Amino acid sequence: MSYVRAFFRFWYDFVVGDDWRLALAAAAALGASALAVAASVPAWWVAPVVLSGFLAFVVLREPT
Amino acid sequence: MARIRPAVAPARPAPGPSVGSRTVKTAILVATTFAACAVEMVEALTIVLAVGITRGWHAVRLGIAAALAALAVIVAVLGPALTLIPLDTLRLVIGFLLLAFGLQWLRKAVLRAGGAVALHDEDRIFEEERAVARSHAATGGEFDWYAFTLSFKGVFLEGLEVAFIVIAFGDTHHNLALGALAAGAALVTVVVLGVVVHGPLSRVPENALKFAVGLMLISYGTFWGGESVGVGWPGGDLAILVLVAWYAIVASVLVLLVRRRHGAAAISMAEAG
Repeated sequence: MSYVRAFFRFWYDFVVGDDWRLALAAAAALGASALAVAASVPAWWVAPVVLSGFLAFVVLREPT
Repeated sequence: MARIRPAVAPARPAPGPSVGSRTVKTAILVATTFAACAVEMVEALTIVLAVGITRGWHAVRLGIAAALAALAVIVAVLGPALTLIPLDTLRLVIGFLLLAFGLQWLRKAVLRAGGAVALHDEDRIFEEERAVARSHAATGGEFDWYAFTLSFKGVFLEGLEVAFIVIAFGDTHHNLALGALAAGAALVTVVVLGVVVHGPLSRVPENALKFAVGLMLISYGTFWGGESVGVGWPGGDLAILVLVAWYAIVASVLVLLVRRRHGAAAISMAEAG
């Protein structure tokens, strides 16, 4: 069991890293782009804006 | 509908970008892979040198060779295997991974450049690794599994992210060999520098490289991830350059804001103290 947990722990750390909010940002950016495409709205600006907003939120909330 | 590619070459239909666009994309592929590999290998070299100098080189050399062989197998097996996955699915997964990695790299680089987090100090890490390596007793005549494991882990874990970047860039650019070549060139450069310096490469501008690689990963992740869900990019492939410029501006503004915030916090702490 501990090997299975260690395996998933390794991949979680590898993909998600130090801050899970950034992995969420990646998923949210792609999801929001897909929604914009489905709604026939020009979608090229969605991911850059969502990702920049998340990055700013995470970086500026970091304790000094 | 998802496009499924044949398993045999040609794996991808030629989309027909201009020669200039292809050259720009190839240059970005080589530069990004080289820089990412250089950063990770500088970190691996610090661990390897600390263990090798402290405990001897025999087991360390074998650990490095085993790690490089494992990474080569991953690239050689996983790269061609990915051609069996539908292109849009592959781009979605790769886009997500590049975004996740790129955001992590850029977050750290911005915080370090803004002074909120200490710069990566290879000299300090080198001394810490040496102290840990010294604290474990030598096995006396037997094979030094501790040194082998430490050097294997150092090289393999640092190299795994590079392997993914090589596969992601190489596969979507139809040029896995070029990505692997760029990573190999970075590895040789770092190893030669390590042998010449015979110490940790503390003068490598690691944070600047991390910053640049983070920008590239996010830009490509945005582009490929967007394409996979149906986003049409104005200007086609050249939109990647616009994305790089956009994220560079955002990250630079964030560095300034973090620097100002960190400076204000330091002043208030000094006044309180």
